[in-house]
Amino acid sequence: MLVSIYRYNPETDLKPAMVDIEVDVPADRDLMVLDVLNLAKEKDTTIAYRRSCREGVCGSDGMNINGVNGLACITPISSVVKPGKKLVLRPLPGLPVVRDLVVDMSMFYKQFEKVKPYLINATPAPAIERLQSPEDREKLDGLYECILCACCTTSCPSFWWNPDKFIGPAGLLQAYRFLADSRDTAASERLAGLEDPFSVFRCRGIMNCVAVCPKGLNPTRAIGHIRSMLIEQSV
Amino acid sequence: MVTSATNFSRTGLSDWLVQRVSAVILLAYSAFIFGIFLVNPDLDYAQWSTLFDSTAVRIFSLISLLALCGHAWIGMWTVATDYLTSLQLGASATAVRLLFQIGCALLITVYLLWGIQIFWGS
Repeated sequence: MLVSIYRYNPETDLKPAMVDIEVDVPADRDLMVLDVLNLAKEKDTTIAYRRSCREGVCGSDGMNINGVNGLACITPISSVVKPGKKLVLRPLPGLPVVRDLVVDMSMFYKQFEKVKPYLINATPAPAIERLQSPEDREKLDGLYECILCACCTTSCPSFWWNPDKFIGPAGLLQAYRFLADSRDTAASERLAGLEDPFSVFRCRGIMNCVAVCPKGLNPTRAIGHIRSMLIEQSV
Repeated sequence: MVTSATNFSRTGLSDWLVQRVSAVILLAYSAFIFGIFLVNPDLDYAQWSTLFDSTAVRIFSLISLLALCGHAWIGMWTVATDYLTSLQLGASATAVRLLFQIGCALLITVYLLWGIQIFWGS
């Protein structure tokens, strides 16, 4: 199988290049993209990429696979490459490349930090723990599962155009995760920080985020909930 | 919280609301105008002129014109802040964007005043 990999070392290369490597893939098995990448690395040990858990939990190996963002470790090659075609691997779009498939995630984390992704509760802490009813806990389903792989945010044109101002789908999913938490008491402060023209309202609802999320989450719906809460509070 | 001095209203939330409400007004006005054409296939100048003599139609037209201006500003502002940024244009981005926005604002003001003259002038 022919694998085309984005190669770029900003310290030595003038510009990025796509480099093709022929990899021997067993015919009787459907490998994951990460397995193919590992085989390619056996042939060229200088290829740089992040990976860790190899089961879609750590979120390290988010990359652009044949034009679509996804986690290399849980994306079967049969789902992205037609028989006889090339596997094309590029870094996540919209973030600076550190080397090859490794991107600088600073801007992504900065936007994540902005939403204060932790419980804020002004009331005195109880002796053991803050309790939550099963119904309230259920409201966090579809929100807490995010692994911050950045596949959604880096597939969003609004983030490409304004990475310093638009929080992006991953950050906004987490913003709603804490807005929706019955144990959090800072909803109005959180909302006040989101009502400007960029943080939330750059979302045009094109739903690239929903299409690529490897965990099947729906940031667009969360953003809709945030908008509704902003309207409830201010209108 | 990201600050902005050039967006239409106080916050992104009110811009968003204005964009939606103005869209509904423009939809209603379009339906009204197309409805007139549909009901009167052989519409002549006299009928058209009589229609726009009515205060109600003039008010509806002016409200729609104002909605169009607000809608256009929010839309063009969004386009400018998406594509005319330092990522695309480097150091000159702010100057280019401001010039573009001043151009849009002037054009929208001209259309507004001209529209008022057309609808309310003698």
